[in-house]
Amino acid sequence: MNKKVVVIGGGVAGMQTALTLSELGLTPVIIEKEASTGGKLCKWHKLFPTLTPASEVLDGLRRRVSEAGIEVMTGRTVGRITDSGVELEDGTALACDATAVCTGFDIFDATLKEEYGYGMYDNVFTTVDLEEMFNRGEVRMVNGEKPRRVAFLHCVGSRDEKVNQRHCSRVCCITGVKQAMEVKQMIPDAEVFNFYMDMRMFGPGYEEMYRQAQYEYNIQFIRGRISEASQTIDRRVQIKAEDTLVGRPLKMTVDMLVLIVGMKAGASNERLGGCCGVDLYPSGFVRPADQFLRNVCSGSERVFYAGTVSAPKNVGESINEGIAAAYKISRYLNR
Amino acid sequence: MDWGYSINQPRAVNLDKNDLGVAEKLLRRMPLLQACIGCGSCTATCTAGGFTSFNFRKVQTLVRRGEYQGAYEEMSKCMLCGKCRLACPRGINTRAVVMMIKKELAKQ
Ligand SMILES: Cc1cc2nc3c(=O)[nH]c(=O)nc-3n(C[C@H](O)[C@H](O)[C@H](O)COP(=O)(O)OP(=O)(O)OC[C@H]3O[C@@H](n4cnc5c(N)ncnc54)[C@H](O)[C@@H]3O)c2cc1C
Ligand code: SF4
Ligand code: SF4
Ligand code: SF4
Repeated sequence: MNKKVVVIGGGVAGMQTALTLSELGLTPVIIEKEASTGGKLCKWHKLFPTLTPASEVLDGLRRRVSEAGIEVMTGRTVGRITDSGVELEDGTALACDATAVCTGFDIFDATLKEEYGYGMYDNVFTTVDLEEMFNRGEVRMVNGEKPRRVAFLHCVGSRDEKVNQRHCSRVCCITGVKQAMEVKQMIPDAEVFNFYMDMRMFGPGYEEMYRQAQYEYNIQFIRGRISEASQTIDRRVQIKAEDTLVGRPLKMTVDMLVLIVGMKAGASNERLGGCCGVDLYPSGFVRPADQFLRNVCSGSERVFYAGTVSAPKNVGESINEGIAAAYKISRYLNR
Repeated sequence: MDWGYSINQPRAVNLDKNDLGVAEKLLRRMPLLQACIGCGSCTATCTAGGFTSFNFRKVQTLVRRGEYQGAYEEMSKCMLCGKCRLACPRGINTRAVVMMIKKELAKQ
């Protein structure tokens, strides 16, 4: 039989799709635009809610991909899906019997929220920067000192008309809680504040982690969105919010402001969308054929989806979709 | 007779009794105000709120609940600078809300 399936994107969703396809007797090829597989997880230190090292999850997947003898083309970008396969950016056409789109999401560019001064003020960071600091093993201000007071701001680049991102990115509330706890673990005498509008703890163990952050880690949750930040003479960050539960404006100076950046639709969606059954939501994420029964299917019988290409998801959900997509693909090819 | 205490006005926002007429009219003219998520960005950035007890988020929420008492006077503290409108993540024309509330309540 030996039917060939192109898997676009070698993140966790793409790797799992390829693994299951291979188990089902099909021949997957992963095409990944970066130099290595792994997607965003290459940047993350430990994963919520279990604090499992991201490298552990990736190592397992990569090892199995290599053991299964799956072909992986790295440093190649898919530019177009066609009726017979895909076309790479360099013009190479690859024929295949089905395509799995696993191109993931993009991280919101925090410089677009100018009022928070990311890229302008010294000590304004994003959750992505913080993961990098965790990987280096220390959380430091630009001058090399340990921060004594850290504020996290939820919903940066999500739920915000002003940057055309209406959706909730789902995983960032729990990321904010996880990182607040990690900062406290590394710097126990630091004061940590999370400014939120709603706490969306959708996954198993998430609400429990939130409670633990409150009562074991003394993290202070303040319900109000920071309206603006400014840099003080000593290069700290002054922030303004309303403490909406008290009904009064609040201001404070922190050593570090961490913007909890959202997940936006991947740039590939726009390019791959509009043909071969790939339809986009207004948010830019791909729209599955049906939200209940055909979550991993596109409008075309030979194009499938898995992972965050269709909506913000956590790692477990993305991996599960890889299994589901591979199963649907095998049903289609063995029909 | 002096019982040593008096009976306070009930404090509950009473949605059985409150007349939502003005609120409904306001929301018909400015439907997007219904999308407010109460984030407080407007109040945080408010020029007037920095110096007085004026709280735009709270007052417009009270008006939407049919609590009109004192709202006109509160909204009169607004300097119409428009900063709140720049901050609102729901894209609500908050400054226009101030004007509409004042206009509706002035008729009362
Ligand atoms: C700050 C932050 C922290 C997070 N922490 C956690 C956590 O602790 N636990 C958890 O469960 N989840 C976490 N998540 C969510 C997690 O990152 C995602 O669930 C996961 O990365 C989704 O995997 P994916 O394969 O769908 O997408 P991605 O990881 O985005 O992978 C997509 C891959 O496709 C490639 N690609 C894209 N376009 C093309 C193209 N045209 N051609 C070829 N290749 C292409 C990309 O280079 C990338 O390698 C976090 C998210 C954020 C933003
Ligand atoms: S998950 Fe939380 S921080 Fe992220 S967009 Fe939703 S409400 Fe905001
Ligand atoms: S900024 Fe907008 S959404 Fe937030 S409380 Fe004010 S009016 Fe409501
Ligand atoms: S327009 Fe009025 S309510 Fe809005 S920020 Fe200015 S003073 Fe405050």
